[in-house]
Amino acid sequence: MKVTVTVNGTERSADVEPRVLLVDFLRTNLGLTGTHVGCDTTSCGACAVLLDGRPVKSCTVLAAQADGCALRTVEGLADGANLHPVQDGFHQEHGLQCGYCTPGMMLVAAALLEHNPNPSESEIRWAISGQICRCTGYVNIVKAIRHAAARMAEQQQVPAVTEPAAAAAGGR
Amino acid sequence: MFPARFDYVAPRTLDEALTLLHQHGDEAKVLAGGQSLIPLLKLRLASPSLLIDIGRVPAMAGISGDNRTLLIGARTRHADIEADTSLASRCPLVADAVRLISDPLVRNMGTAGGSVCHADPAGDWGSVMLALGAEFVARSQSGERTMPAADFFLGPFTTALRPDEIMTEIRIPISQGRASGTYLKLERKVGDFATVGVAVQVEMDNGHVARAGIALTAVASTNVRATAAEQSLAGQVLSDAAITSAARLAAEAAEPKDDIRGSAAYKKDVVRVFVQRGLRTARERAEVQR
Repeated sequence: MKVTVTVNGTERSADVEPRVLLVDFLRTNLGLTGTHVGCDTTSCGACAVLLDGRPVKSCTVLAAQADGCALRTVEGLADGANLHPVQDGFHQEHGLQCGYCTPGMMLVAAALLEHNPNPSESEIRWAISGQICRCTGYVNIVKAIRHAAARMAEQQQVPAVTEPAAAAAGGR
Repeated sequence: MFPARFDYVAPRTLDEALTLLHQHGDEAKVLAGGQSLIPLLKLRLASPSLLIDIGRVPAMAGISGDNRTLLIGARTRHADIEADTSLASRCPLVADAVRLISDPLVRNMGTAGGSVCHADPAGDWGSVMLALGAEFVARSQSGERTMPAADFFLGPFTTALRPDEIMTEIRIPISQGRASGTYLKLERKVGDFATVGVAVQVEMDNGHVARAGIALTAVASTNVRATAAEQSLAGQVLSDAAITSAARLAAEAAEPKDDIRGSAAYKKDVVRVFVQRGLRTARERAEVQR
């Protein structure tokens, strides 16, 4: 069957068997290998992508179920050479070691911050409770997401062309 | 892991889905969110020849009702129930339970009706519906029928739903008096199956229990009501002594098995503690109501 999705703003389609899972569709058919296969049993969240804005485990979604939907993968986070604030946060706060869980973690974080721009630590931990990281102990991941929240708040308050003095006056 | 081959259809109307189900019967499986079915397909514990994806049927999703009944469309995603802030006061048992179902990502795909129809004895919704005295509405080509939750769960992964039926709606009665409930769950980690879960609902009338609903998760071959415990509370003042005694009766009703999540004796004791805690929470909440 033909499956058509809008991935990171671009319409892509491929002919696949109905049994093909979304994660395999992304990796094999569309060549987007940033989405990782971890446990393959709905446990770890390494395969998380945003399906119509909501994080889901793409190892447990059929490509057919996503037909006609909008997908966001880790490849769609950065804007050209500019890292997404969440990516910057993971970089600055060392939110990763091996990096395997990172694409899923960052997408879940990006979705969280879209709905809740200033989450508490417990809200962050709640949001990532479907993800497993075997390296960091989660502390730096939480810091990374807080970092991203702070950066996004700055960006909101400071229009790109504003002078530094005006920005400081408008700060909270 | 790949599922075995199957054909796939995504009908746009319920009637179309029911026609297909009528034609294919046992050979077909209904796909809602897929959070239980897809893992089964991948493990090849299920290998239907046809998947009927009802994810594109516009009806059957959403929460509605009035002050007497809460209506949850069978296709309503857990996350949408979780996001409905009115439920904390309208039906706190539902609001508490939904936050404990699997993990946030699974809740974004999985549906309430799908979970009920999957009928995993370790599933949470079944106990919630038993404790609330809910009813399930099912449609087939030959019409619609309503089944009480109490008659629905026949065995592990086995329900009273006929092969040509699709569940369309969950109906939860809202008590007119003081009433409240809660859900408690022990899990090794977020997203794991329940080691033990307990759903509790009490409806009060002039300081006495008019109706008590107590149902247990993961300690029997189905989600199961602790009937003796429920009956022991009927007409009683919800005293500490009555709560302790009901909790003991509920533990006796549990028939858990030793497994990697704990011994049978341990699980029985968790049932006792959770029923006790749950009834105390329900009592407090019912007292402060209105």
